[in-house]
Amino acid sequence: MSQEIFDKLAQSVIDGEPDDATKWATEALAQGLDPLECINKGLTKGIEVVGDLFANGDYFLPELVLGGEAMKAGLAVLEPALVGSKQRKILGTVIMGTVKGDIHEIGKMLVGIMLTANGFKVVDLGVNCKADQFVGAIKEHDAVLVGASALLTTTMGYQKDLIAGIAEAGLRNKVKIMVGGAPVTQEWADSIGADGYAEDAVSAVVLAKTLIGVPE
Amino acid sequence: MTPTALIICGALAREVIAINQKYGWGADVFGVPASVHSHPQKIAPLVEKRILELRERYARLIVIFGDCGSSGKLDAVLERYDVERIAGPHCYEMYGGKTFEALMEEEPGTYFLTDFLAQGFEGTVIKSMGLDKRPVLKEIYFRNYKRLVYMSQREDETLKARAQKIADYLDLPLEFRHTGYGLLEERLAALMNAAVPQLP
Repeated sequence: MSQEIFDKLAQSVIDGEPDDATKWATEALAQGLDPLECINKGLTKGIEVVGDLFANGDYFLPELVLGGEAMKAGLAVLEPALVGSKQRKILGTVIMGTVKGDIHEIGKMLVGIMLTANGFKVVDLGVNCKADQFVGAIKEHDAVLVGASALLTTTMGYQKDLIAGIAEAGLRNKVKIMVGGAPVTQEWADSIGADGYAEDAVSAVVLAKTLIGVPE
Repeated sequence: MTPTALIICGALAREVIAINQKYGWGADVFGVPASVHSHPQKIAPLVEKRILELRERYARLIVIFGDCGSSGKLDAVLERYDVERIAGPHCYEMYGGKTFEALMEEEPGTYFLTDFLAQGFEGTVIKSMGLDKRPVLKEIYFRNYKRLVYMSQREDETLKARAQKIADYLDLPLEFRHTGYGLLEERLAALMNAAVPQLP
C-alpha cells in the first residue's frame, strides 16, 4: 500500500497536479506512512522524472513549473510532520533570490525546487532583493551557498554588487556564490568573482554539489 | 551577388522589412521563427544554420536578434563566423532605448508589449507557455507584474484594443508609449552605412 502512495505522489509531480500532491501527502500521513519516505520515494522521484523529461526535450517550461508547484504542495504537508531523527538529511542551506530591480522568478524557483529535491535546504528570499537581505539570511540560516538570479541585462550588474556586499559583510569566505539568469554567462560569472554559473536547474544542482564538495 | 542578407528574429520581421524598404537598401531578409524564444537554447543553432545556408551567397550578413536568453551563445557563434549583430539585448530595449530603461527603473514589475506581441499574444504567450491548457500558470508567471506597457511601433487602434484586452486578461493597468522603430532603425541604419566587411 505504501508503494502505491509513493507512486501517486510521484505521479502528481510528473503530472504537475499540486492538488493531487496535497491529497496524497495528506492520505500518506493519515495512513501512518513515514513522511521522509514519502518525500524521497514519492515527491523526489517525481521531480527527478520531470527533470529528466525536461532535459530530454520531452517536457517544457509549463510542465517543469507545475511539477515544481506540485512538489512544493506535497512538501508543505509532509515537512511539518518530520520529527527527530527522521529529518531530511540536508547537504547545506542555500539562500536564493532574484536581485534588486528584477522581479523574474520562474528560473530561480525551478532551481530552488531541484536543489530541495536533491537534499539542500532552500531559503527563498523572493524577488527584488538587496544585498543586505542576502547578508541577513546567510547569517540567520548559517548558509553555505547563495544563488542570485537576474533575467535582465539591466539588473545582472547587481549580481556584482551583491558579491561585493557579501564580501563587505565579511561573509565571502563563508559562502559559495552561484549566479544565473537568461543574460548571464560563464564569462560574466568569472568577471564578477562568482564561484559558479549554471544555465539551468539541473546543472545548478551539479554545480551546488561541486561547490560544497559533495560527490555526484 | 546581392550584397547583404539580414537574418532576423521573426518578432522583428514586419519592422525590419519596413525599414529595409524605407531606406531602399534592397537587402534580402531571412527569418528565424520568433517561437524560438520559448527555447532560447535553440537560438544560436538556428541562426548558425541560416549563416551556413547564406554565407556563400552574400558578401555580408547581419543578424538582427537580441541575445534573448541565449546566454551569450549567439554572440559566440557570430564571432566564430565573423558576422555582425545589431546591438541590444532584446527588442524592448531596441525599441524603447532610454524609455525602456526609465520604465524599468520606475517599476521593475513592468510587462512589455510590442506590436508583434499585441498582435500575436495568444500564440506567442498563451499557447506557447501553456496557459491555454493550464490557466493556473497565469498566477505563477505573472504574479510579480504591476503594470503592462505597450510600446507601439505603429499607431494602430486595433492593436491598442488588443493591448487593452491583454491588460484585462492579466488584470494589470495598461500604459501606452509610442516608440516607433526606435534604436532598431538607428542601429540598423548605422550598420548598413558602415564599411562592408568581407566574410571569411
